[in-house]
Amino acid sequence: MNNSATLIVIEDETQISRFLRTTLVSEGYQVIEAKTGKQGMIEAATRKPDLIILDLGLPDMDGVEVIKGIRAWSAVPIIILSARSLENDKISALDAGADDYLVKPFSAGELLARIRVALRHVSSAANGEEEGVFSVDELKVDMIHRKITVSGAEVHLTPIEYRLLSVLVKHAGKVLTHRLLLREVWGPNYVERAHYLRIYMGTLRHKLEKDPARPRFLLTEVGVGYRLAVD
Amino acid sequence: MNDQRPDPDALLEKVQLAEARRRRGHLKIFFGACAGVGKTYGMLLAARERRAAGLDVVAGYVETHKRAETEQLLQGLEILPPRIVEYQGTQLREFDLDGALKRHPALILVDELAHTNVQGSRHPKRWQDVEELLEAGIDVYTAINVQHIESLNDVVSQITGITVWETVPDAVLAGANEIELIDLPPDELLQRLEEGKVYLPQQAARAAQNFFRKGNLIALRELALRRTADRVDAQMRDYREDHAIQNVWQVKERMLVCIGPGGTAENLVRAAYRLARLLKAEWIVVYVETAKLQRLSREQRDAILCTLKLAEELGAETVTLSGYRMADEVISYARTRNATRIVLGKPTLSGWKRWMLGSLVDTIVRQASDIDIHVVGRESNFLSQARENPYFSRSRLYLGLASEEPGTLFKWRTSYLWALATTAICTAIAWLMFDRFDLANLIMIYLLGVVVVAARYGRGPSVLSSFLSVVLFDVFFVSPRFSFAVSDSQYLVTFTVMLLVALVISSMTASIHHQARIAGHRERRIASLYAMSRELAVTRGEDNIVRIAVKHVAEVFEAQAVVLLPDETGRIVYPKSEGTAQSSHGSDLSVAQWVYDHEQMAGQGTDTLPGGEVVYLPLTASSGMIGVLALLPLNPARIALPEQQRLLETFVSQIALALERVKLALVAHNTQLKMETEQLRNTLLSAISHDLRTPLAAIVGASSSLIRDDEKLDEHARRELGQAIYDEALRMTGLANNLLDMARLEAGAVVLHLQWQPLEEVVGGALAGLNSRMSNHPVTVNLPRDLPLVEIDSMLVERVFANLLENAVKYTQPGTPIEISATGGSNELVVTISDQGRGIPAGEEKRIFEKFHRVASEGNQGGAGLGLTICRFIVEAHGGRIWADNLPSGGAAFHFALPLTEPPLIEQEEVMQS
Repeated sequence: MNNSATLIVIEDETQISRFLRTTLVSEGYQVIEAKTGKQGMIEAATRKPDLIILDLGLPDMDGVEVIKGIRAWSAVPIIILSARSLENDKISALDAGADDYLVKPFSAGELLARIRVALRHVSSAANGEEEGVFSVDELKVDMIHRKITVSGAEVHLTPIEYRLLSVLVKHAGKVLTHRLLLREVWGPNYVERAHYLRIYMGTLRHKLEKDPARPRFLLTEVGVGYRLAVD
Repeated sequence: MNDQRPDPDALLEKVQLAEARRRRGHLKIFFGACAGVGKTYGMLLAARERRAAGLDVVAGYVETHKRAETEQLLQGLEILPPRIVEYQGTQLREFDLDGALKRHPALILVDELAHTNVQGSRHPKRWQDVEELLEAGIDVYTAINVQHIESLNDVVSQITGITVWETVPDAVLAGANEIELIDLPPDELLQRLEEGKVYLPQQAARAAQNFFRKGNLIALRELALRRTADRVDAQMRDYREDHAIQNVWQVKERMLVCIGPGGTAENLVRAAYRLARLLKAEWIVVYVETAKLQRLSREQRDAILCTLKLAEELGAETVTLSGYRMADEVISYARTRNATRIVLGKPTLSGWKRWMLGSLVDTIVRQASDIDIHVVGRESNFLSQARENPYFSRSRLYLGLASEEPGTLFKWRTSYLWALATTAICTAIAWLMFDRFDLANLIMIYLLGVVVVAARYGRGPSVLSSFLSVVLFDVFFVSPRFSFAVSDSQYLVTFTVMLLVALVISSMTASIHHQARIAGHRERRIASLYAMSRELAVTRGEDNIVRIAVKHVAEVFEAQAVVLLPDETGRIVYPKSEGTAQSSHGSDLSVAQWVYDHEQMAGQGTDTLPGGEVVYLPLTASSGMIGVLALLPLNPARIALPEQQRLLETFVSQIALALERVKLALVAHNTQLKMETEQLRNTLLSAISHDLRTPLAAIVGASSSLIRDDEKLDEHARRELGQAIYDEALRMTGLANNLLDMARLEAGAVVLHLQWQPLEEVVGGALAGLNSRMSNHPVTVNLPRDLPLVEIDSMLVERVFANLLENAVKYTQPGTPIEISATGGSNELVVTISDQGRGIPAGEEKRIFEKFHRVASEGNQGGAGLGLTICRFIVEAHGGRIWADNLPSGGAAFHFALPLTEPPLIEQEEVMQS
């Protein structure tokens, strides 16, 4: 794993940033700290980071604005940190282009796992690895042959189910909001019909999961969207 | 027992009185036998002294009568400008009450207490102005002569032969803090009069001839001295009681004064007042309205009304009773009120009439052997003079009695015409019967006619009919026929008996008929009161009570009415709610405010602003003033009748009580709410302080060990401490989340974000969130494949699952299974989460959903008792319900039901073939 990556942490609370720095440095990452959104954007533009950790509750500007500002010129992965009560901010941050989120309080383990997923995603995309085959445990999705198997047994999907699964596979490990999935799978006219997504996700789970009520692959991010597990 | 201590009740009364006096202004009266003794002079002298002592003194109204000495004293005192009133073309100078209240000096001089204010003033009498000044806390110096005292008024007029119309109630004198007698021997007074010091010369001679006769002056002086001595005596007795010098055991006397329509009623009331004062007795003036008395003329009824008013002014309680026999009513009332004495007027009948018909006095003396009877003699034709009294006629005007009912004359004529017609018809019938029947039978026909007339048209027409019947019977049927002559002298007896029988029958029939009508009236009145009380009793809310009150008052009293209530600051405001047809509009708020502040009636027929058309009644309940009822009667005379007044008072007190009930209920509700909130806060504080402190203690302890770790802790110990910090911090997070959720849900800040969801996904979300904590409990999820979508807020319902699951983990042994199942019904989806723990203690099934409730036996299990309450809030916000019970196999089961509606349609598609 490329642990020499450079991370920018945009966080105004001293205790949290101290915890983040200690954890990340001990894992071998290079950490650049910024206390405000403005400073963070300047750092992001000048330091060429591999990943940005952004707290949504900044003193000087809205975290979503920071994401939009960065996304205007960079596809660098952004993981946001949010307080529990700000569900809508979280969704708009994800819609604005953030890759993942963590709700405070979170453990070091969760944080590191998310960082790893985000970095791997970037590296695989950068290396031009066309995700021909995606596999986790017994689930195997062969995008070239449009063939899905669970423990070797082929599963038949409807066109929409397949489209849904392929979007998830394309962004494996990343949180995808309801809006994004609806737009990608059904088209822009369907973004408000979240029940379509929920029903298809249900049938997809019944086809792919052993215990659909406790999914292994197709994870629910309650109130936000879905994520395809990568490990 | 020799009890030397003062009676505590009496002492308390005295203290309360003293307190009321302290708040009130101080009243000092300069009291004299007649004009010219130097009252004004004395008053000014005293005022100058007070001013020299640095007091703020204003001469409110001082009549110097152009006496030089007096005018000199007035020099240098601040004089309040008089109010100039235009009255019948002349300009009158009146005392400016509002000006005085506005100026608000410490002491004000107001001369001539007995003065009658010009019509249109706030109060008819100056002593009422003074009362208001005292109420406002202003000290008053005033002056009065003995002839102006109400109870002595008739005595003075007997002595001097001059009737004085301007009087002051004795209560005003009794309420004065100080009375200073200004005394001057008659000779000196006469000398002063000659010297022109009392009146200007041209008036002096005239005055000396009439009023200032030496005999008069001596008598008046005696009266004034006696009156002052009485007061000193009373003070002495008060002092003795205060200091328990004497063992005073007072039996409270109660006196019943029975007045009738006769001319002596007023005398009787004055005499009774003097007696009551002498005996220190309470006194009640009773007027019994018998059937006979209902027929009194308008003037006579007015006179009774005035007499009752006079009695009230003199401090009596007045009561109007109705009944058939006066004596019975008086005695039974005397017994119910425990009266010790009855005061009666001397009987007006004399000689054989009294022997024949009996008199009230005789009957009462005979029947009430245990009650003392006082019989008061008749005096001069006082009342007949009073008839001409301008004040009386004016009071009648105030009372609205002067108005004439239209159509009475017409009705009166018709009934007599009907009496004539009925008698004529009887004659016609008798004519037809004449050949075949005896004369005795014809008499019966006539008597029948008399009965009919009496029953329908009352006494007068039936008397006419009686006489006419006898005459017609004589003329048409007794030989010689068609003449008044009578051949057989026996018929004279027939005529006499026939006439007597007819008269008796007519009188009795009319009487019974009248009685029935009165009973009917009374019944209607009581029924109307009952109707209102009943309606008020079941009514909630101030607006509704006001509406019902206005409706009933308007119906019963034929008036437009409005209930005026104060706002928070105590200002009377117009009602905000919409009025009805019966509502009165445009009431004078300033008058209503005055009524509210002074707890006294005002407006028509009262002492305050009697000129207006509207009557303002205070709505007084046990806790104080509630508001004001304003009444615009269509027929003011009706409202002024004593029985109507009593009824109105009853209505008013019922309304006040109903309004008070609403007010008190509101207060009680708020208090209870406050207490509950208080208790809740205490529970919350203790729960939170416990639940926050425990994990904090663990965190502080564990982290401090880690910090001062000087290589003594091994890897395992450090990991252990870290784990402890982590676990406790998570526990605190859970508590903080619950508290925040609770606060948001309670504040109503949570807007449901409803979306169509498969339940499975929500359950999955909850299970994923609890992953680490559920590791010791195998969870079975039993959801039917065809479970319909539910429209829910997934975040919140996930909290419900999470809280219920956490709860199950908390109260069961590790390793025991937990099951989640759901069944879809026709209109709701029921979810059940069951465990195999100890179950819920009996009787706790409902209470566990209450805020901060914790099962008593749970020991040190964490949580502030919020989890289940949050569940209940969320489920109820979704229109569902939540409940808990125990499984027959042991263990608890929590259920919640979510409403099911028609889910949205979704396009189906075919499975893709690869």
